[in-house]
Amino acid sequence: MKLKTTLMTAAFSMAATIAMGADFKPAVIYDMGGKFDKSFNEGVWAGVKKFTDETGVEVMEFEVTNEAQREQAMTRMVQRGATVVLGVGFAQADAIDKIAGENPDVQFSIIDVSWLDKPNLRQYAFKEQEGSYIVGVAAAMASETGKVGFVGGMDIPLIRAFGCGYVQGVKATKADAEVFENMTGTTPTAWNDPAKGAELTQGQIDRGADVIYQAAGGTGVGVIQAAKDAGKLSIGVDSNQNHMAPGSVLTSMLKRVDVAAYSTFKDAMDGNFTAGVQNLGLAEGGVGWALDENNAELITPEIKAAIEDATAKIVSGDVVVHDYRADNTCPM
Amino acid sequence: MNVTPPLPKWADLILLPLINLFAAFFVCGLIVLAIGENPFTALNVMIKGAFFYPESLGYTLYYTTNFIFTGLAVATAFHALMFNIGGEGQAYIGGLGAAVVALLFGPNLPMLIVLPLCILSSAAFGALWALIPGYLQAKRGSHIVITTIMFNFLASSLMVWLLAGPLMQQGQQSPQTVLFADAAQLPQMREVLGYFGFELANSPWNLSFFIALIALVVFYILIWKTRLGYEIRAVGKNQEAARYAGINVAKIIIIAMAISGAFAGLMATNEVLGVHNRVILNFTAGYGFTGIAVALMGRNHPIGIFLASLLFGALYQGGAELDFEFTSITREMVVLIQGMIILFSGALAYMFNPSLARLIARISAPKEATDG
Repeated sequence: MKLKTTLMTAAFSMAATIAMGADFKPAVIYDMGGKFDKSFNEGVWAGVKKFTDETGVEVMEFEVTNEAQREQAMTRMVQRGATVVLGVGFAQADAIDKIAGENPDVQFSIIDVSWLDKPNLRQYAFKEQEGSYIVGVAAAMASETGKVGFVGGMDIPLIRAFGCGYVQGVKATKADAEVFENMTGTTPTAWNDPAKGAELTQGQIDRGADVIYQAAGGTGVGVIQAAKDAGKLSIGVDSNQNHMAPGSVLTSMLKRVDVAAYSTFKDAMDGNFTAGVQNLGLAEGGVGWALDENNAELITPEIKAAIEDATAKIVSGDVVVHDYRADNTCPM
Repeated sequence: MNVTPPLPKWADLILLPLINLFAAFFVCGLIVLAIGENPFTALNVMIKGAFFYPESLGYTLYYTTNFIFTGLAVATAFHALMFNIGGEGQAYIGGLGAAVVALLFGPNLPMLIVLPLCILSSAAFGALWALIPGYLQAKRGSHIVITTIMFNFLASSLMVWLLAGPLMQQGQQSPQTVLFADAAQLPQMREVLGYFGFELANSPWNLSFFIALIALVVFYILIWKTRLGYEIRAVGKNQEAARYAGINVAKIIIIAMAISGAFAGLMATNEVLGVHNRVILNFTAGYGFTGIAVALMGRNHPIGIFLASLLFGALYQGGAELDFEFTSITREMVVLIQGMIILFSGALAYMFNPSLARLIARISAPKEATDG
């Protein structure tokens, strides 16, 4: 009798789960860079994939190709029964603000945005300046010439924030170090121009730089390649890019967009979805640095200690990394 | 003996584009088949997605509006044998023109004054951006293709600087201006037709569509019914002959380029005044370049440009639906399909021309001629 009840309960709860599963329909809208940009969007994809692997729930996907498609894609996802929609990147802010307002019963979440206000919208903002600061510390430690480089993608405030945090980390470690900064371009093609990335990197190497950090989406592939060809070091960004040139990528600045994507869907599925802004820095594990078998030999105990020291100081608040976006200036 | 007979006009304008289109679809069908999908299902999804679900037609016509403007821009210059590939930059700067007026006067003046000013300003800014390459070509001999494409980069650098700097909306991080005042927002077609009792689904289709239709008519009158149009075509046919006939070639080139830029600049009425109601980064999204294919396919004629714009609008909108419907058809596939159509109808536009001309000549040739 008791067994029967247990079985019945189990069956009921299973049926409930299945019913829940049928109602639960997640969707993600990647931005211009595309799902496989080896960087920002791909990080989101990794989180989506982890969610699907764990729960078996398929996530509807779309990659936008022009400005008007963002709003359209969100509307279409809602029409197709999506219960939670994740937008990737600040460019989708206006669209998600509008569509979230029109569909109060659907849950929305967006990455790299913090300035919206809707009761059904969760926003993830990352403190890229903190992550960039600690890789700046690593760059200054690893550099022999005292000259390091930064290659940005498109010249926008977000990327300047990467560069600014990096410079602060370098200067805090070696006050007399020189930092060369270049942006790839002013059009969105700057996110996907490995040749130009390689060219800029070579230029910086010619001026004496021996560690180059990049925040340039697909363009960064060219930076890593050029640094490897010249026997210098590069630093990856967003995803762990250490594997792209083992022994030549000093480390990668991790921006855990995969965690944002995974927790959005996981929370929505479990009924734990909350609106509001989640501001993720070093303390929250939202940004960090990558250490694996590909760069274990490059990270000396001294570098590791310096990074950990800087991390501890930022987490404790002893060191405050200036955010370029706060006032559109960099103190360095 | 092997001289190709000229193609009759009806065949050049209707039959040849249709054959090109069919060839493009055929090749695309093979590609879709190769990745394991049924090409007819895909075509069905694409057509349905472009025309037959509630908001689809609105989206198709919204894209069409952009292509009409940029297609007209390329065609105008082309009649003077100028290859204006700077439509992208001219449209971008046109957006700046609309924004300057909208931000300065939008909050204070009524819509009936602000909107026409915005529209004129976007055309004027676009014209100015094309005028400089036009001048350099006419007076200094700098090749128009080089200068216009360089001006695209200048435009985008200038706009990034403005949008991420002086014009950026405070309190957020997206490089864009603030939302325009209501007086500077072009009414949506949904609102206009709703006023007359038609229910329309939500789409970015707005009144600029009518501006585009008016532009088509203006273009026709300008090129074929005015003295200026005659001079533009004369310069395009033969500069030396035009000069001999007393036409100021340099002046005509500059004017033709300015008009061309004005048409491109008007694209901002759709994107900036009609859809986003603010200037956002890269709102031109490559429409300026697609305008080249539109003009080529439309044979630089207003009716052709309208039909080609409609086709490309349907491709853009239907292509997005393909991406939604099939997991195997990614956006890269959609770009490939669009590229095929541009390839066949633009770059290879005259591939079937000689054989088609011979075929038609053989069929329609008088009996005695073939006997002899």
